[in-house]
Amino acid sequence: MQSFQKIIFKLKQYWAERGCIIQEPYDVEVGAGTMCPETFLRVLGPDPYRVAYVQPSRRPADGRYGDNPNRLFKHSQFQVILKPSPGDIIEQYLGSLEAIGIDLKQHDIKFEEDNWEAPTLGAWGIGWQVMLDGLEISQFTYFQQCGGIDLDLVPAELTYGLERLTAFLQMRDSVYDIEWAKGFTYGDVRYRDELQYSVYNFEMADIKTLWKLFDLHEGEATRLLKSYDPKSPDKKRFPLLPTYDHVLKCSNLFNTLDARGAISVTERVGVIQRVRKMAVGVAQAWVTQMQDVAAEVAE
Amino acid sequence: MSLPFLLEIGTEEIPDWMILNALEDLRAAFVKLGIQHESVQVNATPRRLVLRASGLPARQADSVERVQGPSQSSPPQAVEGFARKQGAAPGELAVETTPKGEYYVFHKKVAGRATKDILSAALPGMVLGIYFPKTMYWTGKGGPRFIRPIRWLVALLGGETVPFEIGGVRSGNLSSGHRRLGAKEIAVTCADYEQKLRDNCVILSADERRQRIVDGLAGAKVDSALLETLVYLTEYPTPIEGSFDPQFLELPAEVLVTVMRHHQRYFSVEDADGKLLPKFIAVMNIGSDPEGFVRRGNERVLRARFTDARFFWDSDQKKKLVDRRADLAHVTFQAKLGSYKDKAKRMKLLVKELGGKASAGRAADLCKCDLTTEMVGEFPELQGVVGGLYARVQGEREDVWQAIYDHYKPVSMEDSIPRHATGRYVALADKLDTLRGCFRVGLIPTGSRDPFALRRAAQGVVKILVEGNMELPLLDLLEANAELIAFFQERVKFYFKDVRGFQYDEVNAAMAAGWSNLVDLEARLERIRGLRASPDFEPLAASFKRIRNILEQAGFEGAASFREDLLEEEPEKELYREYQSIAGQPIESVISRLRPKVDLFFDKVLVNAPRDEVRRNRLQLLFELRREFSKVADFSEIVTTS
Repeated sequence: MQSFQKIIFKLKQYWAERGCIIQEPYDVEVGAGTMCPETFLRVLGPDPYRVAYVQPSRRPADGRYGDNPNRLFKHSQFQVILKPSPGDIIEQYLGSLEAIGIDLKQHDIKFEEDNWEAPTLGAWGIGWQVMLDGLEISQFTYFQQCGGIDLDLVPAELTYGLERLTAFLQMRDSVYDIEWAKGFTYGDVRYRDELQYSVYNFEMADIKTLWKLFDLHEGEATRLLKSYDPKSPDKKRFPLLPTYDHVLKCSNLFNTLDARGAISVTERVGVIQRVRKMAVGVAQAWVTQMQDVAAEVAE
Repeated sequence: MSLPFLLEIGTEEIPDWMILNALEDLRAAFVKLGIQHESVQVNATPRRLVLRASGLPARQADSVERVQGPSQSSPPQAVEGFARKQGAAPGELAVETTPKGEYYVFHKKVAGRATKDILSAALPGMVLGIYFPKTMYWTGKGGPRFIRPIRWLVALLGGETVPFEIGGVRSGNLSSGHRRLGAKEIAVTCADYEQKLRDNCVILSADERRQRIVDGLAGAKVDSALLETLVYLTEYPTPIEGSFDPQFLELPAEVLVTVMRHHQRYFSVEDADGKLLPKFIAVMNIGSDPEGFVRRGNERVLRARFTDARFFWDSDQKKKLVDRRADLAHVTFQAKLGSYKDKAKRMKLLVKELGGKASAGRAADLCKCDLTTEMVGEFPELQGVVGGLYARVQGEREDVWQAIYDHYKPVSMEDSIPRHATGRYVALADKLDTLRGCFRVGLIPTGSRDPFALRRAAQGVVKILVEGNMELPLLDLLEANAELIAFFQERVKFYFKDVRGFQYDEVNAAMAAGWSNLVDLEARLERIRGLRASPDFEPLAASFKRIRNILEQAGFEGAASFREDLLEEEPEKELYREYQSIAGQPIESVISRLRPKVDLFFDKVLVNAPRDEVRRNRLQLLFELRREFSKVADFSEIVTTS
């Protein structure tokens, strides 16, 4: 039986052999691997890139106090970005499943239409959910737009749901029973996270404080974006990455407030717009910041 | 020489529901090329769109082009110059008479183009011209757009490749087999194409794939929509049976079936009495499952989903529907129309306005509360149904929970209306509120764009009123909104014409006499349908049309009173007497008496009498006649054949 971590090792190995940089998880809380700068910003612009990483992804509203065998506040995504997408990308993806021990001649694989869209990121793509014997194990997306910008190269994004995939391979009915490493179950490692974050997100998070934090992060991101000058000779130095961290903070605070039931109907659309405006602002600035760098290299 | 043609567009997996339209588009585009052929057929799997035709000529027929030269009177140099330019000797020119005189002409032979060249030039546009609801680019910005990336192209005319290229992919004779059971590259010819695919575990014919699935369904309920999805989701479908723990049968069948059918794409299995069995049929995209991996995998997934559903069920019970009403403030109905809490409040008032009883008010109050449950969060297609089931276990009266359960009905023209009056009031209030609100804030459907499914909502209102036998004044419920009234008028017409099969002129005639009370409208339509069988009907309808025209031309809209003493001629007196004796009687019983009198009147009497008094009196007679018999329908709308 392969442990949770063994599966991760094998996926990293597989994609490293196919030219991917192996990154570590991003250190600001995110709702999905897509939101990490390694995806959100790197898919922009004309430069090829290949990266793979595990990203713990926080969805406050999905927490179930550790009671539900299949739902988690924080699950682990294995994220692969191939930019541009190679012509045999699906073959490569299927190869990765075989690399973790799935004999695809004996299992049923289907690609079912599932187009991905993230309104808060101004991003969307075309793709599928990949079904293995009836279980959705991956999302496969050809990015078309990010931060409201048409992408020069079309990256393929592969997202594996690691807990599900492991439960499938280990034949466990509960995520908490899967073996993380020899002698340790997933529950041993993560149960307290699930319980405590559920309590916090649903019961104890102080709404006023969270709003205050939201405003502070928004204020900082907005202040920075306003001071970015695409014509400045010094613009390479401009801290767009830290700006983006504040956007991510806002996004997570929004999700927490939402789970807490603190966002009214009328507020909701407005808050999404606020986050989107910042995210799109960073993406657009990022493209102009890179353009100049590219021009200098060309000289 | 007649040649077969094969075009295969090899792609990554195309969404199943788009495939049939795409094939028809492809066929039409081919036919439009105007290349002669004996037959053409299209086929598809998720990974290939295929067009095969037979009997194509290798070349188009030669043609002759007529080139006009100088006039016959021109100097010889000019004639020679023209001939030289055409590559002909002067003796090969002919002289023809034209409207301008005698001219030299040359009949130039133009060789027909090779069919291969025509196809080669046309195919890229033909392929990329296939319409898909949503397309993508994959080679980079500015590259070709298609539904999914194109990975290979086969284009053969007879034994030759028709060369073309799309997004860096060149056409050739190499197809591709099943992703895991077949070879990645397969050399094919027009003749062996289908067999080669079969050898590589791809069944090209949708009929054959469908049959493979149906053959394995023994006992399962054949859900035709699911069947079609699976036919176009697989290249090599094989059904397998699995089972689940019978203890899950405690959950409502609605939930279990939704999980199996909509989420897992399994067929559910029932016993002879229609009771759900703890079994399912899944369809794999491979040939067999000797080790049982696929069966066990699917069983485990289903167990997890059923466990989820049970978890949702239990956890939802911790908060009753009635206690969830305040939570609806957090669920948006529509940005400009507020939350579902607002909507529920409006619905409750509307139910009362429509004449619903207290139980309908109660159902309206609770019917949207399931939107806050985990079960509906997970299975949105079960909204309403879940609310109804919860209301039942939470002790609501039978008509209340059933009204909640049914209140989205009818979801289509084939669907039934809510089973009881209580449910009908709630369903009406829900739909009318949506329609009124959306029209009020300008969210009016245009063309094919109808994001709030307002057509379906209006159609549902019509269906409930008619089939529920509810004599409500529809027009009074539309807030005097002219656009909404016009919208409903179309839906009423559609219902009676397309759903109920009345003739369009019957519908127009009956609606011209009023359409606010749809039950009454239906009764009048039935009467018109009965009347139409009478030999007197069409001639009388023609007469009514004539009456309408006469009145319209005269600009006559009814005078103060009719005076019998002004009647001069016998036929008009007869018509008047007849009219007096039958007024107030149903038209069915008098039509045969009325018709000859009307005919006679028009035969013998000149409406436009010299004396204005008389003329106006005759117009008044016609006016009253028309008014009397227009209570059922405006018969002048009937299209007559005579």
